Amino acid sequence: MNPKECKYTSEHEWICPESGDKGKIGITNYAQSQLGDIVFLDLPTSGTQVEKSQKMGEIESLKAVSGLFAPVSGQVLEVNQTAIDEPNLVNEDPYGDGWLVRLELSQPSEPEALMNSDEYNKFEAKLSQEGSK
Amino acid sequence: MEHKSLPSISQPDKIGCSLPPLEVPPSKLPPKELLRQELGLPEVSEGELVRYFTSLSKFNYGVDTGFYPLGSCTMKYNPKWHEEVAKLPGFTSVHPYQPIDSVQGALRLMSELQELLTEITGMAATSLAPMAGSQGELANILMVKAYHQSRGDKIRQKILLPDSAHGTNPATSAMCGFKAVTIPSNDKGNLDIKSLKSMMNEEVAALALTIPTTLALFDPQIAEISQLVHERGGLLFGDGANLNSLLGRVKFGDLGFDCVQLNLHKTFSTPHGGGGPGSGPVCVKPILTDFLPSPSVTKNRGKYIFTSSTKTIGSLGAAYGNFGVMIKAYAYIRSLGAEGLKEVSENAVINANYLKEKLKAYYYLPYDRTCLHEVVFSGKRQKAKGIRTLDIAKRLLDYGFHPPTIYFPLVVEEAIMIEPTETESKETLDAFIDAMKKIAKEAEENPEILHTAPHNTPIRRLDEATAARKLDLRW
Repeated sequence: MNPKECKYTSEHEWICPESGDKGKIGITNYAQSQLGDIVFLDLPTSGTQVEKSQKMGEIESLKAVSGLFAPVSGQVLEVNQTAIDEPNLVNEDPYGDGWLVRLELSQPSEPEALMNSDEYNKFEAKLSQEGSK
Repeated sequence: MEHKSLPSISQPDKIGCSLPPLEVPPSKLPPKELLRQELGLPEVSEGELVRYFTSLSKFNYGVDTGFYPLGSCTMKYNPKWHEEVAKLPGFTSVHPYQPIDSVQGALRLMSELQELLTEITGMAATSLAPMAGSQGELANILMVKAYHQSRGDKIRQKILLPDSAHGTNPATSAMCGFKAVTIPSNDKGNLDIKSLKSMMNEEVAALALTIPTTLALFDPQIAEISQLVHERGGLLFGDGANLNSLLGRVKFGDLGFDCVQLNLHKTFSTPHGGGGPGSGPVCVKPILTDFLPSPSVTKNRGKYIFTSSTKTIGSLGAAYGNFGVMIKAYAYIRSLGAEGLKEVSENAVINANYLKEKLKAYYYLPYDRTCLHEVVFSGKRQKAKGIRTLDIAKRLLDYGFHPPTIYFPLVVEEAIMIEPTETESKETLDAFIDAMKKIAKEAEENPEILHTAPHNTPIRRLDEATAARKLDLRW
């Protein structure tokens, strides 16, 4: 379910590295299922410098408003305007059409420290078992 | 029954009233370009209009029509004679700026209410100025800030909050220029002491704590928490949202709190439907009395007067707070007395625990321990069958109950938070329990009926996601 080519944070963001030290960012399937129907995205604009683990935006669902954290540091190259217009894409296709921003990484090696898909699968299974008590 | 909107029953040229013939010369209209061609007003007869609003009024559901398990968090039962008291001409006809000698009765009520709340919370002084719980929080954090600054202590930039805190706590902290830092809860639902130890330092201005927590659990570590915070020079700020479980039993002052905000419109039973008015008095220990918001009421040579503390954080609005709410809270406290208030909390806690014990075989109970005035279940067991907590809440409408709070607190997956309050009888609770059991059974046997609920209400399930995504606030 969680694509092998992506890296994951414990805050449930994914980054999928692309050639030329770039990467696409979104939230995981687990995150969208916990949030429920997403109704509004507040994303950084192109050119914004974001810092690893710092808040770079907000995701609002019917249940709650959650912070969106940068999985790595870098500069925003592109924002998914289609997802802003139709936030349900994040629910329906979190790894595809529901991606959020594209970054130019300041430190190309940074994603290596994040979880791979196997590790994230285990992390997710553990959380589901605990029922986020 | 289908309910038609007013514009949809409108017919051209129908009128609801007849105007007499014009007896004065008509005045000149403004230039044509300033006039609208269409006003878009519905055109209906008087009878149709009366029926329209009467039928709307029949859809109302509130604490006066049935069980309302949102509890004191939203509004508990308001004894009707409070309204009579608040309607006394001596209260309704006063003006904020009339001479102080002519409103001594009103000031006496405020002064005595200050004393009663000071006594109930075990603090040193009270200000009635804040006009809502959120404004009381703001006043408290501003006092915390003023206190540290008055001592020349300017490095304290953080407010610590447990992860179960009300959303207003971090928001208030941020508004006052502090950084809100979250402390995790442990698996018992209490504050994680280890984390507090590692996070509590000289940069922390205060720890904001709700007792009992938003999970309605009493944190037995409170003495240790208070010591840890005070040792490092921080203050303990209490959110009094859940005072309904402590009245006459536990005092915030004894627990080590330096300041607390109350919600008269919750605990002290004053109506606040539709978003207001509220009243959020703040009660403080001696170290903070100089900073209280103004005005306070004091008695000087047999006369009540308005005063201001020496280093007050200032006033929070025009005049003196929401006086009407104060009258009702005063009436509530005085009519129940100390013993009566104790019974309020006792019954609120017993009712919540009764629901907990009767329902825990049917709904997952994440924290299986004695709760206080409310109980938090999780819809996790039903979620495994594809039923969400929202479906359960919607189905309750079919059984004639207002749903409880759902999806809060956020630390519980698919949360269902039920607060029955002290005034509900065993018969009412049993009827609610019965409905909840039926719904649990339906979740097993006929999940579709839950997915499509409600079935018996004038309006069926609304598409909340589309409504929020495509906001349309006009017709």
